[in-house]
Amino acid sequence: MVQDSIDEMKIVAFSLNGKEYAIDVRNVVSIEKMERVTRVPHVPSYVKGVINLRGVITPIIDLRIRFDMEPTDYNQNTRIIIVTWEDKEVGLIVDEANDVINIQEKKIEPQPDVIGNIQQNYITGVVKIDDRLLIVLKLENILKHEEDRAS
Amino acid sequence: MGMNQYLEVFLDEGREHIQAINENLLSLESNPNDLTIVNEIFRSAHTLKGMSATMGYEDMANLTHQMENVLDGIRNEKIQFSSELLDIIFEAIDHLENMLESIAEGGDGKEDVSQVVAKLKAIETGKEIESSVQEVAATAIVEKPATKHEHLQVYDEFELTVLEQAKEQGYNTFEVSVSVRPDTLLKAARVYMVFDVLEKIGDVVKSTPTTEELEEENFDDEFVVSLVTKDSSEEVEKKIMKVSEIDKVVVQDINVQQIKQAKNAELDKKVNEIQQNEVQKDDTSQIQENKPSKTSKSVNKTKSKTNKTIRVNIERLDTLMNLFEELVIDRGRLDQIAKEVNHQELIETVEKMSRVTNDLQSVVLTMRMVPVETVFNRFPKMIRQLSRELNKKIRLEISGADTELDRTVIDEIGDPLVHLLRNSVDHGIESPEERLAKGKQEEGIIELKAYHSGNYVFIEINDDGAGINREKVATKAVQKGIITEEEKETLSDNEIHNLILSSGFSTAEQVSDISGRGVGLDVVKSTIESLGGTVSVNSQEHVGTQFIIQLPLTLSIISVMLVKVQEETYAIPLSSIIETAIIRQSDIRYAHEQPVFDYRGNVVPLLYLEKIFDVPKVNKQDEFLSTIIIRKGDKLAGLIVDSFIGQEDIVLKSLGNYLTNVFAISGATILGDGQVALIVDCNSLIK
Repeated sequence: MVQDSIDEMKIVAFSLNGKEYAIDVRNVVSIEKMERVTRVPHVPSYVKGVINLRGVITPIIDLRIRFDMEPTDYNQNTRIIIVTWEDKEVGLIVDEANDVINIQEKKIEPQPDVIGNIQQNYITGVVKIDDRLLIVLKLENILKHEEDRAS
Repeated sequence: MGMNQYLEVFLDEGREHIQAINENLLSLESNPNDLTIVNEIFRSAHTLKGMSATMGYEDMANLTHQMENVLDGIRNEKIQFSSELLDIIFEAIDHLENMLESIAEGGDGKEDVSQVVAKLKAIETGKEIESSVQEVAATAIVEKPATKHEHLQVYDEFELTVLEQAKEQGYNTFEVSVSVRPDTLLKAARVYMVFDVLEKIGDVVKSTPTTEELEEENFDDEFVVSLVTKDSSEEVEKKIMKVSEIDKVVVQDINVQQIKQAKNAELDKKVNEIQQNEVQKDDTSQIQENKPSKTSKSVNKTKSKTNKTIRVNIERLDTLMNLFEELVIDRGRLDQIAKEVNHQELIETVEKMSRVTNDLQSVVLTMRMVPVETVFNRFPKMIRQLSRELNKKIRLEISGADTELDRTVIDEIGDPLVHLLRNSVDHGIESPEERLAKGKQEEGIIELKAYHSGNYVFIEINDDGAGINREKVATKAVQKGIITEEEKETLSDNEIHNLILSSGFSTAEQVSDISGRGVGLDVVKSTIESLGGTVSVNSQEHVGTQFIIQLPLTLSIISVMLVKVQEETYAIPLSSIIETAIIRQSDIRYAHEQPVFDYRGNVVPLLYLEKIFDVPKVNKQDEFLSTIIIRKGDKLAGLIVDSFIGQEDIVLKSLGNYLTNVFAISGATILGDGQVALIVDCNSLIK
């Protein structure tokens, strides 16, 4: 039993630009519907602004823009996944939040050379479940600012 | 992990005890014969020792142990109390404070205390000569009991009565001193077993240390209990010795009469002293009556104080505040809905809810408030030390210490106040000779005052010292290029005096140890301004100087002007706004492409908030421009927005740790409709 729980982990799966991605559930605070975002001036373009998350001002990142994908309009399915890393709490805008999946940690394989066009340092690895291929993201690097990206 | 959860409690309580010792030492200095104060100090030192030993901070335990010995000496009147002695104890306290801070910062709390310990030891042993003289003197007045009969515990009236009655009913009364072996691991368990035995054969009237402390193992190897029993002393001793790991048991009789006599004699002695000191002033019996009641009162006071508060992490209060605001927003929506459906009962319920939330709001806000006392209470000791170092005579008068301020302000205000007080001691108050020559009282007075007024708290520091010399300040300011030659002549006295607060200014001709260590009063000014407050100075030469600090009641709530820029709403703090104005396009002039306009005779640059924040354009510009005149120090600028919404008190929130250093944004707030509005940082807009 104990052994199982160490090996096993839960991931939150979501879709972005037709592909499936995943984040370790331990980093996920909540999943919210899209709401009005207040724009913040002079921040990188992928930071859409801030929202009022139950009284806490929370910055929002559009993951499509973060990964240099084509931005789309937000719709009914758009979700904000509130994640936390160290002392930061940030919302990630995704096309759709799918489900929470149990996987075995060792099943995460190192990524093949090219998956879509996401920079490699944003990715921990990939995991195959039945016929689904999930790209597990490395939150730490996604939440890092890159100076040259600042608009 | 183990100890970590206790560390915070240890630090908090440690600070409290050190503060208590500080305060009591000071009151002891002015009241050296009051043994109840010594007892209080002793108790704090003792608790500190126990705490630090438990936490494994040996240096600290070592130092407090030595301090305790000295205090014990004072308590038993074996060591004469003096100012020099006080200096050494203060020195020890300083070390303790340093250690505590080092521990708080994650250090090991180690410090070289050998010197102080040696000094304390010297007092403790040096007393032999001194005290023997005293003891002879004492025996001359009071019949001091032979050593064998010296009682180990101090009894109050009630306990004495109990002991007396027990004796009358044929019980034996004993003081039993029990030593456990130094290597005993579970001392508390042994204590428990001893008490178990004692309670079977009689009643325990009192124990030193208290039973609570014994349970917490807050004692060395020895403790004393007073026992009422039918058994003989030999039987008691034998029964206790049956408990394993007990080293030694000494049972001695309690002579109630003797204690009473000694007590009365002590009181008489004190009364005599007081009489001698304050020649035929007070009525003897009155003092005699007052003494005991005063003692019990002060003990009660400290007890109730500790019971009334709990420690709450300030983050939890912030969370509470956040949730509360959400509640207020939802209440607003509910209110709206109730009116729309026009349901009477619903409307009434919402109204009731409004009243409850209003009350709740004031409760939540006051929870963050802390009396300035927590900052003020370290100053008497500081002033005392400084005045001794500088050979000045200074009295610090504190008033309004119960004035409350937001916790965040309290945390920041300490350093500026220290700076200003040091300044008053060093540059303000003259030496006693100088003062006498000027016809002033030898003793200088520094007054520290706090009070509420409107939405602000004022803190004043007044001294009756030398005041500010206009000429000196003006000359220096010209030298440093702060003002021009012409300004030197035209500026008013007050304006010149306030120059000492400007950056790059320090009047001390000699850099002394006390103040003027490179950084000047400008640091004070910028700290206070960063708290949303102001500081100003009034002075009259040879009469004195007054510093006035004005602080907002709370940092978390500020008054702002809400403005619209295209579709976006921004909040501009009222503290940086001078006034609002409507200007015409045609009034705008250009100086080197920089738009400016004429504001009451001054040429003021114009800034378009829309451009600064790259606001997406929706509407076209009007002929009339809504302008907010903002200031930073004495520089002005006109900030052009689309329209004014109005003035509002808002709750200041940070943008979190992800978005740091956003240009010209100091935070955000949540508006009544749940939307986020950004707060403009006017200081970064004006260069």
